[in-house]
Amino acid sequence: MDILWLGVFALLLIGYFALEGFDIGLGMLLPVLGRTRRDRDEIVAAMAPFVLANEVWLVAVAGVLFGVFPSLEGDVLFGLYPLVITLLVSWIVRDAGLWFRRRADGSAWRSTWDWAIVTGSYGLALSWGMALVAVAGGLAGSPLSLPGLAGALLVAALFAFHGWTFASWRLPGQVTGARRTGWALLLSACAAAAPVVALLTVLAPWLLDRTAPAETLNVLSVMILPFAPVMVGAQVWVWRMFGPGRSAFDRVPSFF
Amino acid sequence: MDVLDLARTQFAVTGSLHFLFVVLTLGLAPLIAIMHTRYAITGKPVHERVTRFWGQIYVINYALGILTGLVMEFQFGMNWSGLTHYAGDVFGAPLAIETLGAFFLESTFLGLWIFGWHRLPTWLHVACIWVVTLTAYMSAFWIMVANSFLQNPAGAVEGNGHLVLTDFGALLTNPMLTMALPHVFGAGLWAGGFVLMGASAYQLFRRTAEREFFTSSLRTGVITSLVGSLLAVGVGYAQFGPISLFQPGKFDTGLAPVGLGFMIAIGLPLQFFITFVLAPTVYWLPRWRWAHPVLMAITPLPFVAAILGWLARETGRHPWMINGKLTVADAMSPGLTSGMATVSLIAFGGVLTLLAVIDYVLIARTVRRGPAATTLGADTPPDPVERAHALSH
Repeated sequence: MDILWLGVFALLLIGYFALEGFDIGLGMLLPVLGRTRRDRDEIVAAMAPFVLANEVWLVAVAGVLFGVFPSLEGDVLFGLYPLVITLLVSWIVRDAGLWFRRRADGSAWRSTWDWAIVTGSYGLALSWGMALVAVAGGLAGSPLSLPGLAGALLVAALFAFHGWTFASWRLPGQVTGARRTGWALLLSACAAAAPVVALLTVLAPWLLDRTAPAETLNVLSVMILPFAPVMVGAQVWVWRMFGPGRSAFDRVPSFF
Repeated sequence: MDVLDLARTQFAVTGSLHFLFVVLTLGLAPLIAIMHTRYAITGKPVHERVTRFWGQIYVINYALGILTGLVMEFQFGMNWSGLTHYAGDVFGAPLAIETLGAFFLESTFLGLWIFGWHRLPTWLHVACIWVVTLTAYMSAFWIMVANSFLQNPAGAVEGNGHLVLTDFGALLTNPMLTMALPHVFGAGLWAGGFVLMGASAYQLFRRTAEREFFTSSLRTGVITSLVGSLLAVGVGYAQFGPISLFQPGKFDTGLAPVGLGFMIAIGLPLQFFITFVLAPTVYWLPRWRWAHPVLMAITPLPFVAAILGWLARETGRHPWMINGKLTVADAMSPGLTSGMATVSLIAFGGVLTLLAVIDYVLIARTVRRGPAATTLGADTPPDPVERAHALSH
């Protein structure tokens, strides 16, 4: 049972990087790829229907951390205190940008919230890179180390590449000028998730020693696993509904 | 303020902000689902407009519910790691089930509902908002299971210096849960009903062109708040039984008696006013323009009462984090400094308060501009720039 829940935890964390990675990457690239307001609207509209379904993977990661690795939850989040603050504030600012940008008229309003998306996305990518390096180093020392900064830049670069690939797949030949297939997107998703896969591989035995007792894991299995098919189904449905080729842009303005 | 006060203040600020938005989400979600179902059955454009207008208010409110909720989830580990070390094997379970078995689905299906207008087949689209409603109520259930465990640690025994889950059923049938949960649901419906009522009163007072629309919404709001207030007040009093059993001194010290006193001072007269004045006159109320400013003025009251009630429930447990088992001082992360707690309080409190104010301004703007300006599910772009953009494709 503990191996199953370690697997669920790993799947959720990898899924978060592979999915939310392109939202964060596109957010970072917004000023580069979106030179005009029209382009920026188009980029945000392309990722908008995926954001709610992608970011929720991290909420689930934190929930599993709480339920399956309760003794770790406090140690990790407390050990990463300043990074958790920047990560959460960045996440909040990025999301506020998405929710608010079209809620009032005027270019000043929209560009303010577009900058919130950009700043928040950079904050998310850089905090994640530093956090992964800090966890790999056993939470000792300052997160603002040279390896920490290198990790931050690596994660930011991978997310940006993933975001660029998503834009070339979802809006072929438009904002990036390039066209990418679904396979290319799968490849960039693997790249975005690679750092966290590496970290989990190293940490797996250590994590396995710190799972909650069997009584707790049994309860979680009975209460959560029956929902797994619906959760997977809903995620697949999002991709079928909002992928390229079913564009309704011409008629329906995006809500974000 | 010492570090413990700072950490408690942060929890109170972020928790109150979260509840302020969540209580309206709980109230509006079933109303939107019913409105959307009516549209699916009748196919009448008026029902579509009603769903989209109130749906837009619902989703703008929802944004802050998510953002404040993120901080709630993470600050347990940041500031209260003593709680997870001592009781994580028990307390973590309902929270894990909430994120995976409820919120994961809620967020995914909300995305499908928001972006699925004019794309999803009608009945599948309606099914999305019903899943969102159902999972929102399931979320509330699991969060209240976790909170009730802090009030009365049922279903767990202490061994080796920390709590072990022994009886999951006892966690779910906690007497501190059974009356508190419907109390929260009642408060949600009350708040949701009052928002419909207050916003409609504003439009009618301004002699709106959408008379029929807001006449019907005002009536829906009053009836919903009647149901909500009867439920909230009824089971509210029923909570005193289990409280006197498990937390006899709950309302004696600190902020708890103040919170409870003012909540009842607001809630009880307001419930009488709804039952004996608003509900019996609901047929004529939309036409009585002189009454509309009163309806607008009382709209915030259920929100104020909800926050006061929550503060009473939480501060009444002081000095315990888990009643009789773990104090808040022991629950605080060892090594947390005033500096860390101050920075996180300012960062989270400042950003979320600012965004909450903006969110309310945007809700007010949506109400003021009325159904014609609704952008949720609009199938022709409202502003000329976008229309030109759309045509160029």
